[in-house]
Amino acid sequence: MADEQQLCTFFLDDRFFGVSVENVQEVIRYLPITPVPLAPPVIRGLINLRGQIVTAVDLRRLLQLADRAADLRPMNIVVQTREGIFSLLVDRIGDVMGVDPACFEHPPDTLDGIARELIQGTYKLQGRLLLTLNVAKLFRPNILNRGAERQELDGQSEPAPV
Amino acid sequence: MDEIIKEFLTESLEGLDQLDNKFVMLEQNPEDRDTLASIFRTIHTVKGTCGFLGFGHLEKVAHAGENLLSLLRDGKLNFTQEIASALLSMVDAIRTMLGEVERTEADGEESYPGLIETLNRLKDGGSAAPPPAAPSPLLGPANPPAVAPAAASVPSPLLAPATTAAASSPPPSPAPKPTVLPAPTAAEVTPAPVAPEPHPVPVERTTAAPASTAPSGAPSIADSSIRVDVPLLDKLMNLVGELVLARNQILEYTVLQENAPLLAASQRLSMITSELQEGIMRTRMQPISNIWAKFPRVVRDLALGCSKQVRVEMEGKETELDKSLIEAMKDPLTHLVRNAIDHGVEMPAARRAAGKPEEGCLLMRAYHEGGQVHIEISDDGAGLNPVKLRSKALEKGLITADRAAAMSEQDFRRMIFLAGFSTAEKITNISGRGVGMDVVKTNIERIGGVIDLESELGRGTTFKIRIPLTLAIVPALIITSGGERFAIPQVNLLELIRVNEEQRNTAIEYVHSNPVYRLRGKLLPIVHLNRELKLTTTTTASVINIVVLQTGQHHFGLVVDQINDTQEIVVKPLDKVLQDIPVFAGATIMGDGRVALILDVLGIAQQARILSDSHDHNLAAQLREARERDAERQTLLLVRAPGDGRLAIPLAPVSRLEEFETDQIENAGDVDVIQYRGHILPLIRLKDILGERRSFDRLAHAGTSTAAANLMQVIVFGDGVRRVGLVVDEILDIVQDVFEIKGRSTRTGITGTLVIQNRVTELFDIQSFLQRAAPLLALAEEA
Repeated sequence: MADEQQLCTFFLDDRFFGVSVENVQEVIRYLPITPVPLAPPVIRGLINLRGQIVTAVDLRRLLQLADRAADLRPMNIVVQTREGIFSLLVDRIGDVMGVDPACFEHPPDTLDGIARELIQGTYKLQGRLLLTLNVAKLFRPNILNRGAERQELDGQSEPAPV
Repeated sequence: MDEIIKEFLTESLEGLDQLDNKFVMLEQNPEDRDTLASIFRTIHTVKGTCGFLGFGHLEKVAHAGENLLSLLRDGKLNFTQEIASALLSMVDAIRTMLGEVERTEADGEESYPGLIETLNRLKDGGSAAPPPAAPSPLLGPANPPAVAPAAASVPSPLLAPATTAAASSPPPSPAPKPTVLPAPTAAEVTPAPVAPEPHPVPVERTTAAPASTAPSGAPSIADSSIRVDVPLLDKLMNLVGELVLARNQILEYTVLQENAPLLAASQRLSMITSELQEGIMRTRMQPISNIWAKFPRVVRDLALGCSKQVRVEMEGKETELDKSLIEAMKDPLTHLVRNAIDHGVEMPAARRAAGKPEEGCLLMRAYHEGGQVHIEISDDGAGLNPVKLRSKALEKGLITADRAAAMSEQDFRRMIFLAGFSTAEKITNISGRGVGMDVVKTNIERIGGVIDLESELGRGTTFKIRIPLTLAIVPALIITSGGERFAIPQVNLLELIRVNEEQRNTAIEYVHSNPVYRLRGKLLPIVHLNRELKLTTTTTASVINIVVLQTGQHHFGLVVDQINDTQEIVVKPLDKVLQDIPVFAGATIMGDGRVALILDVLGIAQQARILSDSHDHNLAAQLREARERDAERQTLLLVRAPGDGRLAIPLAPVSRLEEFETDQIENAGDVDVIQYRGHILPLIRLKDILGERRSFDRLAHAGTSTAAANLMQVIVFGDGVRRVGLVVDEILDIVQDVFEIKGRSTRTGITGTLVIQNRVTELFDIQSFLQRAAPLLALAEEA
């Protein structure tokens, strides 16, 4: 397996995801988040990463999944992209895995919407599927703001003004 | 020691140090004109400055050296060992005298007559120095003397006289007492902007500001100041920022501990951190004279350009502010100065008539106050005329008459900060295009500053700018709202109001559902932070906390849940996605390690549509629209088309509308012409271009033209001899509006159809008409 790719894996609910380790700066436990009013809903807020202020993006909201339970504290996967450093909020952290490119497959045609843009493909592992994300696209302003539109349409984005 | 002398010393010593190297370079390559020129410049600068500062002896020596160098530079003399020695002796002599200046602020008694004489002799091409001696030890291994045969074999006598003279001091100087500037050099050292020299007057220049803490005694000035990379300073500044944060965290923690030694240590840490922060900040500080220095020249050139007389006065040149802010202020200040000369100061005649001196005065002031830098640019010119501004605003459709009636004179004056508002009656090449003041305002606001103006008709205008000392670390008020903490920069803070329980229900009143608070008899608009940020109020406190804020000229009260304390915060930028949210200026890390957002007061005011501010924006938008409309607006001439149709002709290419009697028509070949203003005007009949297209019953009515039968209406296109006349039946009207082509052209000679005055109107194809007329124009020319 010469071209084995190293993926940093994590879970949203029981869905299994991975991002290339090359993009990942570090993985850290829950940090207090300062919410940013009026920001797109996918942006949960700001965290203090050893003196650096990092924007935290909720992957659940980005992929249009239901919010995690209130007592479940998200973990941070700190990613470096061309747009800067971001923290990806996920439910649980998995292992770093080497995967065989031979078992890679592009996403099925039935996938649509924002997920189709963000999910690069699938590694068919023993007993489960591992979805890989396109980190380069994840934090582009148009993607982050798109999440906002959807949420506003759903009418659940922000509490109604007093 | 005088600041000017200190700068002179730093600069001169630095220059001299380089000279040593350059002489060595010259020895290897005596033909190197660039090096010679740069040596010349250094000496020239020294000479110019010390002449200005009254160091006569020093100046004499430098002057002699400069004369010699100028010949060398121009290639009139060859560089020889002897000359090199003489020049090096001169450098040593200058250095000795500079040392003297540093100790005593005078250049000493020694006047180096021997050295000067040698320099002069060499300059006159002489190598005549009689006493032969060993070659100068300063030059090291002798250079092959081939380049200068004349002087080659004559060794330098100079070193010895210079040193011995110094030892056996004062033989009375043969030169006249040199405290007064010698005439021939006076022009070169005059600090006036007229200086014909290519060099700026050195006094006005500032090098990396010498630390003002340097003790005047011990170390030489050259040793006590160094040049440092700005990125390094930036890095230090960031580190200090981090240190301030760490300090805040420790302080917060230690007050909870009952441990006296820890408390003492942390307080010491706190103090040292503050001092360090201040120190680092000072390294980035530069005097405002760095950007002001160029203004006397700018003003002179501008004033000459518009035949005005203006003198510049500066106060507080030494006021320091952060380097990045200095950079950011450069353009706005230049603009204000230009404006003051172009719009502010009147022509000499007008000034005389107004009983003012012909020479206008531009005053630039800078000073520190309340942790901010204040900069004022005033002129003693005509001042802003609110009446004129008012009519301009009305004319441009910026404000309605109703609004205008409600505006104060000051409101009118502030309209100059709107985009596109220019009061200059004519556009000059300096200003008057109506772009500028709004840019100045935006630029200043971008660095957290504010600008306002005061003006009195006939007395002048003053622009007042306030900017923060530095951008990286700012004092801020910390408040809590909706369970989150926010920082409000203190620059914007005016006062805090606490409304207690009894007044709670009556304190805030409503003007047409907009909340206001009576602050000392004046109505203050109220903004609820929770509402603006869509936060849910968590407080159950029965008091109302109002933070009175100011942005530009607008005041408003911000209602917050809780007021905490003031803190120095380190401003960190937000991610790009979040920068689009106007209400935040950045974020900072608090003592407990949590992130807090910094509120952008201007952004909040805009978000909340604080009255006057949104007006500004409305006005700007209206102005923009008006301009866009103007650009699309067309003026059309309406004529009756053959038959009873209506035809629109663009007015722009039309030079005149004329009426001729039909019997004036003559013929040239098969063309109808008429004599018009000494030339022949060929005529084309509209009905020849557009055939008659009407039904018979209409034709029957058509004869009833209002125009008299023996008169014809002619539209004249073009100018000079190249004219052509279009004969039409009747000119109906001239209309001006934005027209939209509604239908396509149905026949030649027509571009399309419009609806004008509720009637379908054809648009005349002026392009093809002029093409058709081209041969006739040639005819007119030949005639």
